Amino acid sequence: MKERLRYRNARNLVFKFFVIVFTLISVVPLVLLILYIFKQGISVINWNFFTSLPKPVGEIGGGIFNALVGSLLIILVATMMAVPFGVTTGMYFSENSRNWVYKLAHLSVDVLQGIPSIVIGIIIYLWLVKPFGKFSAFSGSVALSFMMLPSIIKSTEETLKLVPHALKEASLSLGVPYYKTMLRVVMPAGISGILNGVILGVARVAGETAPLLFTAFGNPFLSLNIFKPMASLPLIIFNYAISPYDEWHRLAWGASFILVSMVLILNILTKLTEKRWKVQF
Amino acid sequence: MQLQVQQTRIIRRLKIREALFHKTLSLSAIILIILLFCMFLTLLVSSLPSIKALGLKFIYGNTWDPVSGEFGALSFLVGTLLTSLLALLISTPFSLTIGLFLGEYYPKGWFSALLKNAVELLAGIPSVIYGFWGIYFIVPIVRSLEMKLGAPPIGVGIFTASLVLSIMIIPFSASLIRLVISMVPVTLKEAAYSLGATRFEVIRYIIIPYIRSGLSAGILLALGRALGETMAVTMLIGNTQALPHSLFATGDTMASVIANQFTEATGKVYFSALIEIGLFLFVVTTIINIIGRNIIKRFES
Repeated sequence: MKERLRYRNARNLVFKFFVIVFTLISVVPLVLLILYIFKQGISVINWNFFTSLPKPVGEIGGGIFNALVGSLLIILVATMMAVPFGVTTGMYFSENSRNWVYKLAHLSVDVLQGIPSIVIGIIIYLWLVKPFGKFSAFSGSVALSFMMLPSIIKSTEETLKLVPHALKEASLSLGVPYYKTMLRVVMPAGISGILNGVILGVARVAGETAPLLFTAFGNPFLSLNIFKPMASLPLIIFNYAISPYDEWHRLAWGASFILVSMVLILNILTKLTEKRWKVQF
Repeated sequence: MQLQVQQTRIIRRLKIREALFHKTLSLSAIILIILLFCMFLTLLVSSLPSIKALGLKFIYGNTWDPVSGEFGALSFLVGTLLTSLLALLISTPFSLTIGLFLGEYYPKGWFSALLKNAVELLAGIPSVIYGFWGIYFIVPIVRSLEMKLGAPPIGVGIFTASLVLSIMIIPFSASLIRLVISMVPVTLKEAAYSLGATRFEVIRYIIIPYIRSGLSAGILLALGRALGETMAVTMLIGNTQALPHSLFATGDTMASVIANQFTEATGKVYFSALIEIGLFLFVVTTIINIIGRNIIKRFES
């Protein structure tokens, strides 16, 4: 009897030990990755790295100014397209939740979230690149905006559902029309939640490479025309990482450092907006 | 009289705006459905030339030779399945223990909060960075492992890609598993404890049987993620269009072959064969997602 008890206790302890060890091991890659990127990237970063264009093979130095500008521009245009559409859809979801449109559209959001990014790249290529015969930053933005949509829609729906019903009823009972109630009362109350979803969406697409391969394509020069091919951080990392030149690898490390820092900051930002949201009600 | 006219005018204007608002909302939901449907249709129509020209040979043929016009995607199918399943095999013990750690052992406390954030961060790091890091960090490790095992020390290959892929899908399945573990009714667990069960026995005989369906959904959704993962795999798998003969062999997945060849594809059948691979990925991931999410939804209610 006593032996049995001892055996059971031992098994319990061993299992707990395993859980803790396995959990700790799974954090190791993250630490290694971040340390490695910081170590490789920090030495590359200087003023010149931010403000100059990549140099041709064989020349030392050069920077990623074009990719930095390109990334920001592509993401900005994508956000401008995704936010209005995502917010109206999310609002529809929060208001109607039993008809067939809701069910089908909700399913579409789930499906959209699961489509591999490379497939989205193909689709946008067929829609916007092939008919016009040229790669363009705009098509890249469209691809990224599709990838942002699910997180914007979901966060809008969920936060608007959380806004107290009394607020809406109070406004309606004062004779405020429905659309004004939604836009001026319900939306401002949930704005930080919606913002949270937008930042999450931006963080998700900031490093996306696959959908840009066949759309924005990349460009060794600085370009501000969104209907022409444009460079971007993930693309430059990919192209330089698989190149055989050490100097280009160096640039890619610097770009990786910037990209990871960007994603890190965006993630922390979502945490902060999330907290503010929780305090509010 | 004048006042009344003005009032009706205002009311009419409000009514129009109201209707417009409702229309905009439902229109955007309907557009979303149409867009998704169009996506599928685009892929289908664009891959018709290859479906017509190749038929079923596309699936069982394993020569991929654009020069002679032979397109058999079997080696990519095998490569995709092999890397994804291997990644699942490596990552599942870890995601399960993270789920148990955060959902059962230590749901609160600073370390758990830190761990949760770290796992989320792991999910946020771009795929291309995993690939780049893998080239520099994992490839040399695998190479020395291969030398010890007597395999050709290439470094890149199925195993390397799976290893990095497993790191990438841990956060995804871990957060889902944590979610389902935290939904196990406390009364069930307490009943078992009051009968004298140890924590291990509670996990083994109460929690695991209770979350079985949720667990499989989490693993299924992680599989869906792994199947379509592109950049890291493309950078680490070696990109050779042949059936892999060992775990350390180089290969290609469906996603990586699209990434490598899509912009260079010349010829109607070649181009549309690549799109057919995309269509295949689209359909498979969609089915996996719908099944997985339905299981989770049923579990939640």
